[in-house]
Amino acid sequence: MATLKVPVTPEDHIQGDPDAELTLLEYGDYECPHCGRAYGIVKQVQKHFGRRLRFAFRNFPLAQIHAHAQTAAETAEFAGAHGRFWEMHDLIFENQGRLALPLLVALTEELGLDAQGLRDALTAGEFEPRVRRDFLSGVRSGVNGTPTFFVGERRHDGPWELENLVTALEARRALA
Amino acid sequence: MANILERGAPAPDFTLPVTPDQKLSLGELRGQPVILAFYPADWSPVCGDQMALYNEVLPEFQRHGARILGISVDGAWCHAAFASDRHLHFPLLADFEPKGAVAKKYGAYREGDGYSERALFVIDTKGIISWSYCSPVAVNPGADGILEALEELAPRGQASRR
Repeated sequence: MATLKVPVTPEDHIQGDPDAELTLLEYGDYECPHCGRAYGIVKQVQKHFGRRLRFAFRNFPLAQIHAHAQTAAETAEFAGAHGRFWEMHDLIFENQGRLALPLLVALTEELGLDAQGLRDALTAGEFEPRVRRDFLSGVRSGVNGTPTFFVGERRHDGPWELENLVTALEARRALA
Repeated sequence: MANILERGAPAPDFTLPVTPDQKLSLGELRGQPVILAFYPADWSPVCGDQMALYNEVLPEFQRHGARILGISVDGAWCHAAFASDRHLHFPLLADFEPKGAVAKKYGAYREGDGYSERALFVIDTKGIISWSYCSPVAVNPGADGILEALEELAPRGQASRR
């Protein structure tokens, strides 16, 4: 059973109460269609558990098969550096079908952020180390594709429909 | 699940097609660590694909001076199409004729199914298996075990540079 080698810390992008009793972590790729579907499911899981759950997202771009995954991850990190990570994260997944640089620039502008700043950051690879760090922490923890979820420290294997994730989180809660 | 060769066993040598007109022998790679990744078939679903993952982790394997070889019973032309489609930057060997012969030598062939297990072997610089792992065939084993095995091989202080 694969376990999380790099614990969730305040360095991560976390939604919800940082001290919540339950943690769901996703390693995801913005261009992966399965992650696109998981996006909506995670929203439902969050709704189900409310304040009892914190959700964290780490980048796991499969850049060799998804041409825009790395750029999208760096764009979300750019927005994150301006305190707008989750808005960008949501916007990218909601517009996944049109994912390409022009979309990322448009979303950056939509959030009132500096599009030229984004272009400069992408050219300089400013957020590349952060994305790579996420990726490698995933590799170390047995992430084997996208999306990979961790419920607490344990990798969630098998289906990740709403009921599967809810059951896994409830089971975790019973253990605690 | 098959009984695969374990730590301490000499890695059986083999020569297999690596492209439609080139062959590769394991013995040629002696002196560097080799990762042998047996997998059931090309063209499994994209995002959870084992070879796609190793492709992304390749720089980490290279940091350890290791070579990775994917092996399945698919033919060399099939491998060529698959590698091109997925932009794979490491060789895929065709254990095609006689079918699964190399997988059998490593104890990694699934007789009833006609393809190999998802079995991983890390072979040291002297050609001895230093780590092996057989994953349930539906589960992509990831890369964490391989990296740990490579670290164990490396003399202290080496290959941990970032």
